[in-house]
Amino acid sequence: MSTTLMDPTSEMESEHREPLPRPNSLDGLTVGLLDISKARGDVFIERIEDLLVQRGIKTRRYKKPTFTRVAPTELTQQIATECDVVVESLAD
Amino acid sequence: MKKHMPDFILVVKEDCATCRMVVPVVSQLAQLFDVEVYSQDNPNFPPEIKVNDDTSLEKSWSLHIETVPTIIKYDDGGETGRSFGWDRRAWESLTGESLAPELPDFRPGCGSMTMAPGMLEKLAVKYGKDKLHSRRVITAEEEDDIEACFDRGWSDGLPLVPPTEIRVVRMLAGTFRDPDEIIGMVPPDYGECTIEKIAVNAVMAGCKPEYLPVVITAVEAALQDEFCMHGLLATTYFSGPMVLVNGPISRAIGMNSKGNALGQGNRANATIGRALQLVIRNVGGGKPGGVDRSVFGNPGKYSYCFAEDETNSCWDSLAVEKGFTSDQSTVTLFAADGMQGIVDQKSREPESLARSFAAGLRVVSHPKMVMAADAFLVVSPEHERVFRNAHWSKQQLKDRLNELLMIPGAELIAGAQGIAEGIPKKFKEATLPKFREGGLNIVRAGGSAGLFSAIIAGWGASGEMGSVPVTREISRQ
Repeated sequence: MSTTLMDPTSEMESEHREPLPRPNSLDGLTVGLLDISKARGDVFIERIEDLLVQRGIKTRRYKKPTFTRVAPTELTQQIATECDVVVESLAD
Repeated sequence: MKKHMPDFILVVKEDCATCRMVVPVVSQLAQLFDVEVYSQDNPNFPPEIKVNDDTSLEKSWSLHIETVPTIIKYDDGGETGRSFGWDRRAWESLTGESLAPELPDFRPGCGSMTMAPGMLEKLAVKYGKDKLHSRRVITAEEEDDIEACFDRGWSDGLPLVPPTEIRVVRMLAGTFRDPDEIIGMVPPDYGECTIEKIAVNAVMAGCKPEYLPVVITAVEAALQDEFCMHGLLATTYFSGPMVLVNGPISRAIGMNSKGNALGQGNRANATIGRALQLVIRNVGGGKPGGVDRSVFGNPGKYSYCFAEDETNSCWDSLAVEKGFTSDQSTVTLFAADGMQGIVDQKSREPESLARSFAAGLRVVSHPKMVMAADAFLVVSPEHERVFRNAHWSKQQLKDRLNELLMIPGAELIAGAQGIAEGIPKKFKEATLPKFREGGLNIVRAGGSAGLFSAIIAGWGASGEMGSVPVTREISRQ
């Protein structure tokens, strides 16, 4: 059930939650590449990695044990600690 | 066009014996005047006259009816008098008529249905919420209310009480002030702060409505120019606002001035200080990592609030020292760091204990810094007893401490004692006070067992150059 709350702020910002700001450039950032273990997801991820590495961008690879379940907490925490940006591949 | 107003409004309910008794009077008045009758329960009561159905209680609520029957007189559209229950003299005076001589002269009325437990708040939300202007934030169907508050950035890191309309309406019952009243602009964003915004944040902090006047006064104090809230928020220093409450309200709302006064476990202490911080965060936009650049902060930046223990004290309270009477309730705001203990379990003479205090106070900010930070010395009852037995007033103790804290410049200059930190070398021959004039404050608080006192050091930019403690009276009006 939704609830009506009263805004405690000075209402200078939008009431809609904004996603985290996207970086303007990947220079100096680490890009995580998450394969969710779906067939041929690795093909897509590898192509992305090639393109990033050609541009001198640091990448790290991760893999979910199975696409049928959400990523284990340890994996999401590891990605959050080691990367600035993450690309998740979904392929079939 | 001018709105038509009747000569009289009468509010009744059939369930009330006095209302049933005055039916002949109501009929008599209905024949003589333009009378609007509202019934809270049975819309056909009283019989045989035109009755307005007020089973929704909207009219009763808007007229602030507390007792039935109530008769209200209008002249030129404005209320000019009202009477509750049956009081012949009052009703005859309002109407100028001789009324129902067979009735007794006086019969008390019954409670209005608007006064049933919880009903006023429900009605206030139903019919009065349009008076509240805060933007409404609707959570998603599956969203948890408390998580929603975190996700929107409103929290200091701890769970908040979700600020629903009914909770805000209940909170506003703690003050007579208009929700629209603007208290000032809160730094660093200078967001407009109304009584309503303070109430929303007080709800989130977990305050009871009876704490609201203290929270409002604390916000008002924080917005005084001499308190320098903007600089205090922005500083890399440790400090944040500390709230000290004096006077009868501290006891009336059950604040802790005794054991663990500066610790956890008391709702008023915990939530009043928190509410002030939430106003700065949410209305002012002051957040760690944003304009708040503190290197460490301090645990008091969640909530830093306690009361002075004025019961059986041999000393004037801080409020009395500032010129208020002991019957007045006040809030004092101080730009404060964390707390440092002073242990002295052997001194039984005031001079010896004063020397212990002075040695502890010497290290505020740095043993070689002077006239930078103010300090509050919080003296426990067992330490206070040493001064009580020797008849030392608070002022005498302050004077002695200031004497003991006159420090030779040779000990303070840069390089002295092998420490590069220090004051300019030109002060080598001078003798300097540790605290600026008026910079040392003393209050009494703490548990009854323990020969300990506490130093709460202030911001390194205390005084006119930065923040001066501000004391304001708390008023419910």
